[in-house]
Amino acid sequence: MSAIAETPGVIGYVDALTARPGERVTVRVSVLHPARRYRAGLVRLICGETGPKGPGLKEEPIATAIDGEHEGREQYTDAGSYAIVERLPPLGSVEIELLVWPGCLGGRVQILMALGRLRLALDESGAAALLAGDGALSAGRRLREKAWHRVEARYDPATGHGFVSSTPLPGFHADRAGEATGALPAGIVPQGPLLFAAERLAPGRTARHFDGKLEAPRLRSGTVAAAWDFAVGIGTRRIAAVASDALDGVTVNAPKRAVTGSLWDGSVQDWRQKPAHYAAIHFHSDDLYDAGWEESLAFRLPEDLRSGFYAVKLEAPSGPPFHVGFIVSPPPGGSGARLAVLASTMTYLAYANYRRRMTPGPYELSMGALPTVDMTDILLAEHPELGGSTYDVHPDGSGIAHASSRRPLFNMRPTGRFWNFSMDLCLIDWLDAAGIAYDVVSDHDLHEQGAALLAPYRAVLSSSHPEYHTLEMLEALQAYLGGGGRFAYLGGNGFYWRVTADPAHPGMIELRRAEDGTRAWAEAPGEYYHATGEYGGLWRRLGRPPNAVFGVGFIAQGFDASSYYRRTAASRDPRAAFLFAGIEDEIIGDFGAWGDGAAGLEIDCYDAALGSPPHALILASSEGHSNSFLLVNEELLSNRRGVDGTTNARIRADMVFFETPSGGAVFATGSIAFIASLAHRGYDNNVARLLRNAVARFLDPTPFAIPRLS
Amino acid sequence: MIEPLIDPSRRDLAAEYRTRPFGRHSAALQALLDVMYRAENCQNLILIAIGGGRWVLGERQPDRKPPRLFLDEVFDSLEAGQWAAFRRRWRALAGSELDLP
Repeated sequence: MSAIAETPGVIGYVDALTARPGERVTVRVSVLHPARRYRAGLVRLICGETGPKGPGLKEEPIATAIDGEHEGREQYTDAGSYAIVERLPPLGSVEIELLVWPGCLGGRVQILMALGRLRLALDESGAAALLAGDGALSAGRRLREKAWHRVEARYDPATGHGFVSSTPLPGFHADRAGEATGALPAGIVPQGPLLFAAERLAPGRTARHFDGKLEAPRLRSGTVAAAWDFAVGIGTRRIAAVASDALDGVTVNAPKRAVTGSLWDGSVQDWRQKPAHYAAIHFHSDDLYDAGWEESLAFRLPEDLRSGFYAVKLEAPSGPPFHVGFIVSPPPGGSGARLAVLASTMTYLAYANYRRRMTPGPYELSMGALPTVDMTDILLAEHPELGGSTYDVHPDGSGIAHASSRRPLFNMRPTGRFWNFSMDLCLIDWLDAAGIAYDVVSDHDLHEQGAALLAPYRAVLSSSHPEYHTLEMLEALQAYLGGGGRFAYLGGNGFYWRVTADPAHPGMIELRRAEDGTRAWAEAPGEYYHATGEYGGLWRRLGRPPNAVFGVGFIAQGFDASSYYRRTAASRDPRAAFLFAGIEDEIIGDFGAWGDGAAGLEIDCYDAALGSPPHALILASSEGHSNSFLLVNEELLSNRRGVDGTTNARIRADMVFFETPSGGAVFATGSIAFIASLAHRGYDNNVARLLRNAVARFLDPTPFAIPRLS
Repeated sequence: MIEPLIDPSRRDLAAEYRTRPFGRHSAALQALLDVMYRAENCQNLILIAIGGGRWVLGERQPDRKPPRLFLDEVFDSLEAGQWAAFRRRWRALAGSELDLP
């Protein structure tokens, strides 16, 4: 039997990942279907696609002004980062130079500087070239990838005489210089706007982007002498002209700043100590900060809308729908509910437009099963201009360090991979089924509002995989716990990486995968500090291990099957009696919509050496994990055998409970798959009972008493 | 480069995989799977959900191209798709069809 498989015919995004009742939501839509028509509507998301062992997709239509059919068009996305100086004085004969660190060479022309139809470039062979109109003059010597060179050019529009050269900067390699002098078409008048790392075809349309780093560009023409110092303005969009701020420019699509330049010699690691060593900008042909689509729909959220997970559902005449997911937060001060669900929007953003599953490589050696995607993912693969995730790499192999919400986000939906956003809906589904009142707040809310956001709530439930946090978020959660708050960490591999919110690019986060950790790529040497000046990496390496606050921390991952927990003697401690009320089973969670068990995917364990509280009760631990579960590499000083689920006793999810000195408490399950078990047997199972018991006690204002340690 | 080898007589391992494609495997089956997962001539398979609980196999492509879909065979479960991938790899690495009742 042959199949017909269609991709969505319409995609879109909203301006912010979080909105409040009564606020205006703007939707930007691109219609790919040839009919150029689509239907739209707001839906509250209750449960995602769970596969055959879960309840399946549940969504509730909410009437708004966008309901119905609309006309639309395909919208253009101008991907690729560059810098632009809009206004230049009139130019004649010019001399230009800059330092160039090519990330990848050959096969295409990459523009280094563009002055209208006069461009300094790297040609298809990887050599420096001066392009004047349709003419080209190549220095004839391929540059070396990932090494610094000085590239210079001169051009006289009156005669067409041109010169171009490339000279390797001193190093330990024997690269040779190249140069050429010759005739080019005359009359190509160099003119603004000046672009670095791309050329402009029309306003909002650029082409032939450069992948690599540029530094210290200079331009001379008659009485005009301009230079730019990219060490100035790190953390902003500004590129600073040395002599006159009239020639300042801006970056577009968020190229990476705070990157090592030609002078960097390893003597400093923090760009603030020697800014001159960080006078480069790393441009990428696939950077995308803001897709910049025109507004297609706008509507006001109903004033009485309950907080939750929502989506603008877009449907073309054929093909699967495209859900534009976002969080509706409660009004300021909350809705009156005493329970909050913290939706991990920073993590959703870090994973947005994850392409790695679709790239060649021995995926199963680490994952234990074939990669799975759906037709919406296939559409993403067909649209490289929509950018990748922080799990992907740029064409030059450098890691994608930025994630922006100002573009279609293919993972903020209830369908597709059962992960993050779609899996977190299992918690919403269970809360609704259990009749428990709650608000949903987001990581972005927490970052902006701090602990005050959580003040109305007696208890907070995490998502299944709250991996990425800013310092502000961690401080807020610790302040909440310090004030007697109760927190249930219902996931795995949480509180793991530092991210920063970039003030110059609202809606964008930066990630530096520094030093160590289970990671898709490694940060470049010397670039461990964010553009905000914060040192990046694992919170564990930064002295803030999750174990110390939430009881457990990341220990292993495997993606083929889940397992179950076995209760320990500590689960019968009177302090834990409220949790196991009505549960006689020894085995907890030997069922579930992900991998047939509540302990799976990414799992955390108790570790006193990393600060897990000594009075914490380890209530249950998982066992029997598969060969695919491997110890995380931050646990290994050197590689060795005996690190899989069949051979290593540390590969387990620990379920822990402990009281805090301020009358609060923490309950942690240490497993991403945990909440996917809640709906089993009509929500009547020991995982659901356990969580219900935890929530009931956490909502009771009676303070918890911290035990006296012997 | 270590040439991948599969012993075509070890159909017991194929039977073990068919019974339980996910979860704990015997050491011998895991060794066989590791050979399959490393093999460059059949490494880049992928499963694509095409809606309605149906799956097809595909192949991941270099140079950021979308996966190529094999629409001629449709599976009604993830397990069936995994098993089809196993059979393809067996054929490629053992040099013969997997003959398993």
